[in-house]
Amino acid sequence: MLKCLSSFFIILSLFVFYSFAYSQSLGLGRPATDNEVSSWDIDIRPDGKGLPVGSGSVIIGEELYTDNCASCHGDFGEGIDRWPELAGGFDTLDSEDPVKTVGSYWPYLSTVWDYVHRAMPFGNAQSLSNDEVYSITAYIMYLNDLVDEDFELSNSNFEEVRLPNEQNFYQDNREDLENVIYNKRCMKDCKKEAIITKRAVVLDVTPEEEDVSDNSNSNEDNIVKTVSLDAKLIKDGEKVFKKCKACHRIGLNAKNGTGPHLNNIFGRVAGQLEDYKKYSKNIKKMGQEGLIWNTETLISFIENPKEYITGTKMNFKGIKKSDELEALIEYLAATTKIN
Amino acid sequence: MFKYENDMVRKLKTSRRKFVVGSLAAGSAFISTRKAISSNTDDKAITEMQSWNSELGDGVDASPYGYPSEYEKHVIRRNVPWLTADPTSSVNFTPLHELDGTITPNGLCFERHHGGVAIIDPKKYRFMINGLVDQNTVFDLSDLSRFPRINKLYFLECAANSGMEWRGAQLNGCQFTHGMIHNVLYTGILLKDILKEVGLKNSAKWILAEGADSSAMTRSIPIEKAMDDCLIAFKMNGESLRPEQGYPVRLVVPGWEGNMWVKWIRRIEVGDKPWHHREETSKYTDLFSNGKARRFTWEMDAKSVITNPSPQAPLSHGKGPTVITGVAWSGRGKIDKVDVSLDGGINWLEARLSGPADSKSMHRFYLEFNWDGKPLLLQSRALDDTGYVQPTKDQLRSVRGENSIYHNNGIQTWAVDSNGIAENVEVS
Repeated sequence: MLKCLSSFFIILSLFVFYSFAYSQSLGLGRPATDNEVSSWDIDIRPDGKGLPVGSGSVIIGEELYTDNCASCHGDFGEGIDRWPELAGGFDTLDSEDPVKTVGSYWPYLSTVWDYVHRAMPFGNAQSLSNDEVYSITAYIMYLNDLVDEDFELSNSNFEEVRLPNEQNFYQDNREDLENVIYNKRCMKDCKKEAIITKRAVVLDVTPEEEDVSDNSNSNEDNIVKTVSLDAKLIKDGEKVFKKCKACHRIGLNAKNGTGPHLNNIFGRVAGQLEDYKKYSKNIKKMGQEGLIWNTETLISFIENPKEYITGTKMNFKGIKKSDELEALIEYLAATTKIN
Repeated sequence: MFKYENDMVRKLKTSRRKFVVGSLAAGSAFISTRKAISSNTDDKAITEMQSWNSELGDGVDASPYGYPSEYEKHVIRRNVPWLTADPTSSVNFTPLHELDGTITPNGLCFERHHGGVAIIDPKKYRFMINGLVDQNTVFDLSDLSRFPRINKLYFLECAANSGMEWRGAQLNGCQFTHGMIHNVLYTGILLKDILKEVGLKNSAKWILAEGADSSAMTRSIPIEKAMDDCLIAFKMNGESLRPEQGYPVRLVVPGWEGNMWVKWIRRIEVGDKPWHHREETSKYTDLFSNGKARRFTWEMDAKSVITNPSPQAPLSHGKGPTVITGVAWSGRGKIDKVDVSLDGGINWLEARLSGPADSKSMHRFYLEFNWDGKPLLLQSRALDDTGYVQPTKDQLRSVRGENSIYHNNGIQTWAVDSNGIAENVEVS
């Protein structure tokens, strides 16, 4: 009996030792506070896990969409330039030109809510409130003819929504379906002939080779050239310019993007850049009436774009801090002179 | 990832000059120079004193962080502007045709961002694990450096690499057709060590990896992969990660599509189901011609490409001894063999592998032969250690159609003419 008991204790002590060794932790890191977790844990799942309490309507969503989304995604979700389409494309997935939108392709509405909330608007991510995200999501549903204009989306009806394409996804089946077909290694006389059927030069879409001998197009170099300006202020201004970068290009080879390029902006007549086609009516009119961009007019415009030029297509709430504005103007002055 | 429209291609067609023209001129100039030198003529490169023979060069303080030779300025990442709306959510390409060996230099590793490059102050860097764990935990860089470190060589390939080639030969250069790949030696810690540290609950089935950039990139990864070979990496080829590769910390998901290797990683959530976020539903799903789509196509199939000669790197030396070289890789393991065809896939020769040959890393192959100066149709075909043989593009299209964008690992053909000029083509 005693013998039995002692072997029991040996086994028990071994078990304790091993379980200790297995679960031995290094004691690194520290517990996250609840507030820290909720600051970063903003993800949403199709089953509604993570979805915050809130609501938003198609009507409010339309206004928010026009202000925050339409400059890239288009008024009807059709996508401007190469920016993604958000609406339409129904019955195109099996065609030669499939159009993948929220309505035609995306399997879950939670993905829309999550993505708009975490990554949009482009260049000003995570600036929308939960209710605003509900409204924009509702409006994107409306653009896809999934709901009527009086629809309101909230955490309580969210899980009832099903997107049309949910059932058309299936798991990776390459291993069973394809790999078995490919696994043949022929070495000799594998086919009768090899005739060229397609040629890249016919399409001719390969980027041209640029002359790389002159590598002086960095912002650093531009800054060095303009010695009369305040280098620190320019650096600060470069950071502020990040708010503008989603739409505006500046510097050597800068082209028009969603907004016009900003080279030689000082002294330029407002709304008159010939190769830029997306000006609002009002900015063109104000240019014709004599609005010229200089330090004063630029500051007034950037401070409150929608007040300075009513109807401007520049969907930007403005920069209110005077030190940021000053730095931005210095940066523009330092980088804008390109001949 | 990209819109792919023939219309767009057609529109652009008219506005672009032929890329090959430049290469062709350079190639023939090289040949004629060589022909002009006969054995009776002195080579001035030898008989004339060169400046570097007598003048002093830069001192050790000239370049505290070194750069390549000024004669290598053409060895750069390039982008294809028409592919995407904006350079802050776009991609550039590794110049594979300028590289040899297997390691991709840090400054040439292709970039793909969804919200530009995040510039993160390492003092403010935090890494959080939360969800189905015993303890939600925050680590800083110092904490991470105290876990056991390992070194692993892995390739990272974007799922859309060669994505523009589904409907036929389109871009003329292996940098553009195959350059969304790099191969780097990572130093990091095993993700499973950190997950064990915080204690996984029994219900833990998936993780969500999240980036700190302005796209807050997220991907769902099954727990089996997370507990297998994933790394939390902070060094690449010995030095800190470059900002564009996720400084200070990125996730490494060996053999799986590049989008999952979340850069600037700030958080891992442990859960019981996948999240179905944007990059695993609307993007990185493979649309078939019947309108249905595959999802969770994580593994990168075995693939290879001849990097020299290729459209950006013509055969400039004329007939005679010739080296064909290229790279091969498989997301399922090691490359077992690479075969090369000179006649468009009628007959094949086994190439020679040289250099590090780790599982899920890039392998280098060579084939030396005596070129008779006649046109060639060059192809390469990778075989991995699971027995998988790289398929032809027609084989892929017969199963998947032309709309899937992602996971195009079909055999590439370069047509080389008698001048040594190479062109991207497809053959019957």
